[in-house]
Amino acid sequence: MKAILSGNEAVARGCYEYGLHVATAYPGTPSTEILENISQYSEIYSEWSPNEKVAFEVAMGATFEGARTLVAMKHVGLNVAADPFVSMSFIGAPGGFIVVSADDPGMHSSQNEQDNRYYAKFAAYPCLDPSDSQEAKDFVGSALDISVRFDTPVLFRMTTRICHAKGVVELGERKEYEIRGFESDIRKFVVLPSHGRLRHPMVVERLNKLREFAETTDLNTIEKGSSGIGVITNGVAYQYVKEIMPEASVLKLGMCYPLPLQKIRSFAGGVERLFVVEELEPFIEEQLRAEGIACEGKRYWSNLGELNPEIVEAGFAAAGILKSAPAAPQKEEVIPRPPVFCPGCPHRGLYYSLNKLKALVTTDIGCYTLGVLPPLSAGHTCVEMGASIGVAAGMAKTRGDGRGIVATIGDSTFLHSGMTGLLNTVSNGAGITVVIADNRITAMTGGQQHPGSGKTLAGNPGIQVDLPAVCRALGANNIREVDTYNLEEVQTVLREEMDKDELSVVITTRPCVLYPSENRKKYKEPIFQVDPEKCIGCKACFKVSCPAIGESDEKTAKGLPKTYIDELLCTGCSVCSQVCPTGAIQRIE
Amino acid sequence: MNTTHNVLIVGVGGQGVLLASEVLSSVSMEAGFDTKKSEVHGMAQRGGVVSSHVRFGEKVYSALIKEGEADVILAFEQAEAQRWIHFLRPEGSIIINKYKLFPPIASMKGFDYPEDPIGAVKKRTANVTVVEAVKLANGLGNSRLVNTILLGVLSLRLDIPTQIWEKVISERVPKGTEKLNITAFQEGRSQQ
Repeated sequence: MKAILSGNEAVARGCYEYGLHVATAYPGTPSTEILENISQYSEIYSEWSPNEKVAFEVAMGATFEGARTLVAMKHVGLNVAADPFVSMSFIGAPGGFIVVSADDPGMHSSQNEQDNRYYAKFAAYPCLDPSDSQEAKDFVGSALDISVRFDTPVLFRMTTRICHAKGVVELGERKEYEIRGFESDIRKFVVLPSHGRLRHPMVVERLNKLREFAETTDLNTIEKGSSGIGVITNGVAYQYVKEIMPEASVLKLGMCYPLPLQKIRSFAGGVERLFVVEELEPFIEEQLRAEGIACEGKRYWSNLGELNPEIVEAGFAAAGILKSAPAAPQKEEVIPRPPVFCPGCPHRGLYYSLNKLKALVTTDIGCYTLGVLPPLSAGHTCVEMGASIGVAAGMAKTRGDGRGIVATIGDSTFLHSGMTGLLNTVSNGAGITVVIADNRITAMTGGQQHPGSGKTLAGNPGIQVDLPAVCRALGANNIREVDTYNLEEVQTVLREEMDKDELSVVITTRPCVLYPSENRKKYKEPIFQVDPEKCIGCKACFKVSCPAIGESDEKTAKGLPKTYIDELLCTGCSVCSQVCPTGAIQRIE
Repeated sequence: MNTTHNVLIVGVGGQGVLLASEVLSSVSMEAGFDTKKSEVHGMAQRGGVVSSHVRFGEKVYSALIKEGEADVILAFEQAEAQRWIHFLRPEGSIIINKYKLFPPIASMKGFDYPEDPIGAVKKRTANVTVVEAVKLANGLGNSRLVNTILLGVLSLRLDIPTQIWEKVISERVPKGTEKLNITAFQEGRSQQ
């Protein structure tokens, strides 16, 4: 049977077919749908963990017991899990272990575009890199085979275009595997220095065996072409090369670490010019050069952003292989559509207020990062998950005064890695205001449960962690809750707390209007409309940056366009009505 | 010889662009073609620009269409038709839903919604079909039928049997609305 699947769906299907037992993850674009799809197979135990490091550790425990296991995360998530990732290399993977790293070239939804193939080399993992959905499914089987055969964790590296693009996939049946159980061996599972010194030679030997394997595995395939041009490529770049250079000989590296150097040398010997086409960094090219294999690569293709067929074509034209492509068709200049808070979003009132109060805002990763953009314009720093509190504390320490400094962090991000920042602020003391924007869901990635949601991945009721109690337990004494639909309340509380050189925690209480989806009806209130008689066209309401607010065709006496509210979009949150100076925005009862 | 068909579907997050490309890619797979589809998720709920590339043929490598090589563009929104027109090949055709969505930024200085996006598109190609899909959908009694009507218009430009379209649409739409959606699909096919 065939189905059209995204790369993420195909990985999930591969987990089902190749007998996976356990899967864990923390959501992050473009990796999120892997676990969401795995959760549909009751044969596999799956869970969201509060962060990537914990997800990795739970998965490690499962494979120590002998389970076939996968842990998935976005590229920057692997930075969070880097500690167990690197140490696990010395231990091995008794049951079979896949680490999915979903990289984001072009930064469609990320803060950087790091190339995580380097992690494979860094920690001596084999790295598989599928080039379409069929391979995404098949490579799960190959990765588990390699993992079990060589007792090694495997890095399964994907990119946005592989994760989210769909292709036709041949489906198979599930094979079952037994779970052997934990076989205690402290020299293997306890990483004491004396044990590590014994294990490191094993890692070197394992890598040598993997090098031999790389020479013969059908993950690395040669497609002989008719021209004298040879191209070594991997991942999505392979597809663009086939599209643009159908005559070239191609060596596709389904396993891009360790490299099959003999195979590459023999391939290089059979072509007149050898190119390496890879997205982002010269990971393959550098290794070839270090081995003295002449090749051309980043000279023609930048290490910035995604590749696409046009870029690959332009590179071969610059290399004198193809005739220069005709000039690209002219693009039309059209108004941009930057992302904005949804109508009814509980973050709107918070960032509108922080802007009014002229706070210095260290913010964090989530939907609420959008509060930085105009016209809300409240946010001055944002680095990585959980950074907001530490950065705010560092600024306050340096100034010797925490007044006016506000760290904003979402609930999921706070539970991910904000709690230790708060603990540090308590113990070392910094007079900042921490705002936990608690919408009770991981919203930016599409509404995934976390320990504050009260439900597990499977939809079963779970413990809903009590955020004020957590903050108190960490030692924060001054904790206040606010409703961000009430601007006066938010601004009063924030002003009071910002004016003190003492730590305070303000927790917002409105849930996300989109997720879980039942909220869309549950929290919809009678909507608002603009009374054109009262509207003076001052656009104060535009400052709340709501997609439901637009210009009507009617003009004021001064010729200013009046406002209207789109009745299909308005959720009745009332924030715009609170900023209207003439009371023109009224609820339709 | 390039026998791959390239269809670009564009619009604004929330309009149903991804569902439409989902239907098209299932239709082409059922018709026996190798099929690929690519778009980027993440901002779709938040009023951003959404584009979905669908390619089908005997063997498809790249999931992305090159600029100037789309056979058909289906635009759910007028300004988006103008934004993506450079993807159309000279002899290609574009279908535009006569519908405007103003981004909030349009209220700020220096950001104006284009005055005449359909006119701008017509300056670049003669093969323009403008569909008043919202009006047609309301005529059928349900504004949610816009998508299916537009797919009906799109089906006229692609050589795939109607039965396959109708089968896939019936499988994809909410239970109980199958008949209504087939009527909407036919309504789309009656547009010139």
